Amino acid sequence: MKPCAFQFYTPQTLEDALEALWEFTEEGLSVKVLAGGQSLMPVLNMRLATPDVLIDLNGLENVLNFIIPDNDHVRVGALTRHYQLEASPLISRHVPIITEAERLIGHVAIRSRGTIGGSLAHADPSAELPLVASLLNASVTLRSKIETRTIPAAEFFLAYLMTSLEPTEILTEVTIPTLPGRSGQSIQEFALRHGDFAIAVAGAQVTVDENSCVANARLALGGVGPTPLDMSAGLELLIGTQPQLEDIGRLVKAICQDLEPDGDIHADSAYRKDLAETLSTRALATALQKSRNK
Amino acid sequence: MLEKSMTYRASYTLLVNDQYYSVVEVEPRLLLADVLRDVLHLTGTHLGCEHGACGACTVLVDGRPVRSCLMLGVQAQNKEIQTVEGLVDPGGALSPLQEAFAEDHALQCGFCTPGMLMTAKFLLENNAHPSRLEIREALSGNLCRCTGYQNIVNAIERAANAHSAIKGSVAEG
Ligand SMILES: Cc1cc2nc3c(=O)[nH]c(=O)nc-3n(C[C@H](O)[C@H](O)[C@H](O)COP(=O)(O)OP(=O)(O)OC[C@H]3O[C@@H](n4cnc5c(N)ncnc54)[C@H](O)[C@@H]3O)c2cc1C
Ligand code: FES
Ligand code: FES
Repeated sequence: MKPCAFQFYTPQTLEDALEALWEFTEEGLSVKVLAGGQSLMPVLNMRLATPDVLIDLNGLENVLNFIIPDNDHVRVGALTRHYQLEASPLISRHVPIITEAERLIGHVAIRSRGTIGGSLAHADPSAELPLVASLLNASVTLRSKIETRTIPAAEFFLAYLMTSLEPTEILTEVTIPTLPGRSGQSIQEFALRHGDFAIAVAGAQVTVDENSCVANARLALGGVGPTPLDMSAGLELLIGTQPQLEDIGRLVKAICQDLEPDGDIHADSAYRKDLAETLSTRALATALQKSRNK
Repeated sequence: MLEKSMTYRASYTLLVNDQYYSVVEVEPRLLLADVLRDVLHLTGTHLGCEHGACGACTVLVDGRPVRSCLMLGVQAQNKEIQTVEGLVDPGGALSPLQEAFAEDHALQCGFCTPGMLMTAKFLLENNAHPSRLEIREALSGNLCRCTGYQNIVNAIERAANAHSAIKGSVAEG
């Protein structure tokens, strides 16, 4: 199908974009901002959304497409494309889990256009970048005409395809903590075919001390709840130990116990839960292995 | 001020296969695929699903594969677009990639072929000697309902080998 008719606005400055978003929203029009279009265009083509106005952010490439190191963080502009993240040496050095994650996102043509900002704003619960943002507790900067706020991922993802973005706000950048010393990261997922959306996905980061004992461990899960889930609280038992695969498996089983994923045509609830356990164990074990090689 | 720069109708220029085309007074909602097919009458680019899943509409934009069903025509201004029509040389001879597709029976109905060819072109330009696994991964976003994928993978491998054979003979000569 084809999109319904809309008015098309192509701002050339961020101020202009924010002004337009503000004004059209005030007028009571339904407005959508368009980034890579890899989630929004299908929705428009299928007429699941019929906005009055489309504001195309692609004219703001010069201000919203960047990857900049900033002490123990990397700042990434909202319009940075998947393929740029995939190929960035800076990202593979400082946030290697993003390089891994990008290879799992769609297909090469999807990665040509899709953006990190669009991915986070779309907030698909089994998408890779929202999972990584939750795992690392990245923060997002949201701007409107009158306000700029920066909030942690935990406060950004609210529900299935729902974030705390206000209708007048544009996500402008993502601030991601870099990999600490003696640490490893891993993302593990199961999808029916390479490039499909994952049925379940797990991400982990493990830091060890000078004796190779776990000093810190984080775990997040996607595809088993309405938002990415931060499961790190359950991992304290690992600290100070040198866990074997079985130890990790046992602990993961315990912390996944209360998961109640919804089933769908691809996988029922019990299977999703099973996947969550297996993928979490793999992700933690792989991250631990990598941390020891540092 | 906003009203003035807002578009209900758009006129723009597109650069497709090294040729400039004027697109006059069209609705901005026209997909790049629709502009190519219905306005410029370049019907080599096919539309299957119109939601990014099948890959039939894949064209190259500034050298990278893009779904022309997920991009608006108006967004393709000031970019270089390559479609399947641009693969043949000006004399009308098929490119080595197309020759290889014919040779290996890599198409049956031909519906998926334009997307397959453009995706393969990008692959070979960036990786002259892909492994079979790399070829399969590159094609993961392109569906074929007729031939199965075996012959398509064979054809791309053949094209890669032909390419290096040509290069080799140039180097020797
Ligand atoms: C065939 C196919 C397979 C895919 N497979 C995967 C996959 O395996 N994993 C995965 O994670 N994704 C996958 N995707 C989706 C892809 O990653 C998209 O790039 C991403 O979800 C959306 O990014 P975008 O830039 O294209 O956003 P758009 O489609 O332009 O926008 C998506 C939504 O976010 C809003 N938005 C966009 N940018 C901003 C901003 N800066 N500020 C505020 N709101 C904004 C839009 O208004 C819209 O509601 C796939 C897509 C397709 C078509
Ligand atoms: S028509 Fe564009 S991907 Fe199917
Ligand atoms: S040849 Fe018919 S779909 Fe591929």
